[in-house]
Amino acid sequence: MTTTTAPKATSHVPDLHGCFGEFGRRFVPETLMHALEELTTEYEKARQDPAFQKQLNELLRTFVGRPNPLYFAERLTQLCGGARIYFKREDLNHTGAHKINNTIGQTLLTLRMGKKRVIAETGAGQHGVATATACARFGLPCVVYMGEEDVRRQKLNVFIMRTMGAEVRPVTSGSRTLRDAINEAMRDWMASVETTHYIIGSVVGPHPFPMMVRDFQSVIGREARAQCLQEVGRLPDEVVACVGGGSNSAGMFHPFVDDELVTLTGVEAGGRGGQPGEHASTLTYGTKGVLHGSYSYVLQDPDGQTMDVHSISAGLDYPGVGPEHSYWKDTGRVQYVNILDHEALDAMKTVALNEGILPALETSHAMAYAMKRARERSKEDVIVVCLSGRGDKDLNEVARLTGQTI
Amino acid sequence: MSAIAPVFTRRTAENQLAFMPFITAGDPDLPMTARLIRELSAAGADLIEIGFPYSDPIADGPVIQASYTRALNNKVHVADIFATVAEVTRDITTPLVAMVSYAIIFRIGPDKFVEQAAGAGFAGLIVPDLPGDEADQFAELARTAKLDLIQLIAPTTPGDRAARIMQNSTGFVYCIAVAGTTGVREALPDELQQMLRQLRERTELPLAVGFGISRADQIDGLRGLAQGVIVGSAIVRFLETLATDPTQRDAVLKQVHEFAATLAKTAHESR
Ligand SMILES: Cc1ncc(COP(=O)(O)O)c(C=O)c1O
Repeated sequence: MTTTTAPKATSHVPDLHGCFGEFGRRFVPETLMHALEELTTEYEKARQDPAFQKQLNELLRTFVGRPNPLYFAERLTQLCGGARIYFKREDLNHTGAHKINNTIGQTLLTLRMGKKRVIAETGAGQHGVATATACARFGLPCVVYMGEEDVRRQKLNVFIMRTMGAEVRPVTSGSRTLRDAINEAMRDWMASVETTHYIIGSVVGPHPFPMMVRDFQSVIGREARAQCLQEVGRLPDEVVACVGGGSNSAGMFHPFVDDELVTLTGVEAGGRGGQPGEHASTLTYGTKGVLHGSYSYVLQDPDGQTMDVHSISAGLDYPGVGPEHSYWKDTGRVQYVNILDHEALDAMKTVALNEGILPALETSHAMAYAMKRARERSKEDVIVVCLSGRGDKDLNEVARLTGQTI
Repeated sequence: MSAIAPVFTRRTAENQLAFMPFITAGDPDLPMTARLIRELSAAGADLIEIGFPYSDPIADGPVIQASYTRALNNKVHVADIFATVAEVTRDITTPLVAMVSYAIIFRIGPDKFVEQAAGAGFAGLIVPDLPGDEADQFAELARTAKLDLIQLIAPTTPGDRAARIMQNSTGFVYCIAVAGTTGVREALPDELQQMLRQLRERTELPLAVGFGISRADQIDGLRGLAQGVIVGSAIVRFLETLATDPTQRDAVLKQVHEFAATLAKTAHESR
């Protein structure tokens, strides 16, 4: 396929079947289909219900702390000596990451649907913390599935979830990371679907999840766009965000999709390099396939078995990606690049030293790329990076990896 | 028409239930799978479901998931599964049905997969993560290759949706007994009877019940309500010992035979 024949990306996706171009849809056991149809209907109603929107916006303002600022990273800009770098400060949200935008929205839906229990999966623990927090706020019981390896890497977040009253269930199957946590949460949902809502933490899974999570996260891009117009006087030249499942990036990019002059760049986990099993760069190395209920790019072997992945950051350690990103990749609307583990570690340190802000390891991938890119761009240019979360959760792991003690 | 319909015609005419065991291809390896298929056939199985091991199953409980993992750890590939099945179907008349995730089918290529499955001698396909509304194109491919595409109905499926799904179904309708994953259950829910009665009013196709069944009395309870029973985890469980003690193959084959024969006998009582 040549780029000239590829259809152009639009922001008006998915269609009624959950198709982003050829991607998305629903590949799940029949047991879950009714709940997905119900959720689609209920979400559509909520979206058009002013009372729901008002309650959501009020919570985003008073509980989450939105709008968060667009911050000019002056010293980092000087250091790189090129384009002006701005941070969209999702790290300033309650619980320290973008994940809370989605969990507040989905928790309100849970209440609307009259479901009595919430389950979630988590990799870095940020989505687990955000779900536990929203559930505590509304008095809903909450079970969080988390791979055993991630439980080890993210002890602090496990403790926070438990303090918020959530039950954390370590998952010991497979690679003991995010993908196995999703499998386990789906299995729980199979058995509890009549009473339980599954709050998926990224723009992955069967329709309507990719659309719904993107919508809830799009507040990031809407704010960033308006703030940029106000503070810089025009749209940015490039918008950068890291891609695990793809929710902070989808939320950041979606309001810019129809602004053709804005370059959009998603940064994947390059891990230790391009060998299979050494990275989590689904859009760079993956092939089209089915995983966790949707059709998208997947890191898989020739038989369709999901491959092992690696990333220094638990939140990027995932062999799939949201279907809308696959659509953006194939239409050429978003470019996807990757950053190695050690580059992300370095970027974390550089941002901390120069800006007094400690980004999450996930975010540090986006930071590393933005700095590289800023150097190549002119001083007139503007790059906005989604600062998806703060790095406190990663410090134990960073200390371990760099041979320090806390 | 594939080899599946006559099985039900015969059993139903005698007021019997069809007995359909499930095993995972390649657990612990394919030679053992071939032996198990022959053993189950000899024990009275009317149809055998062959599970294609998949790395990320959602519909399966711990027993079958572990079985998939054992097979994949032993590097079982789709092509080898087809080769083994092709060999067995040369001299066994019991119809075999592939239970396979759409992730695998899509990766191989739907037309290529269907062609290879038919070539290996499979009579039908069950694709648990391909729900009725996503199945149209694939159903067409299966039909062309003369494979039955067996669709699933869950306890959570509303009546009008069930009717739509069954319209596209051939072979039999796979009725999921419990809202949940595969795995042995102490009791089957009371609503199952109601569900089967309602489905019976909406289709002529044989109804087969799976998920949770492990005992003769559970099979007895389905008499008059369903035309077939599927038993998975209770059979796969016997293979767990081979993971630690590979010398037990003959013993395991014997155990599986005895267990399957007892259930087959119950299913085949004319009442
Ligand atoms: C701070 C932070 N950024 C990014 C991610 C990656 O997720 P997504 O790609 O859905 O934004 C995570 C996931 O846990 C995270 O915690």
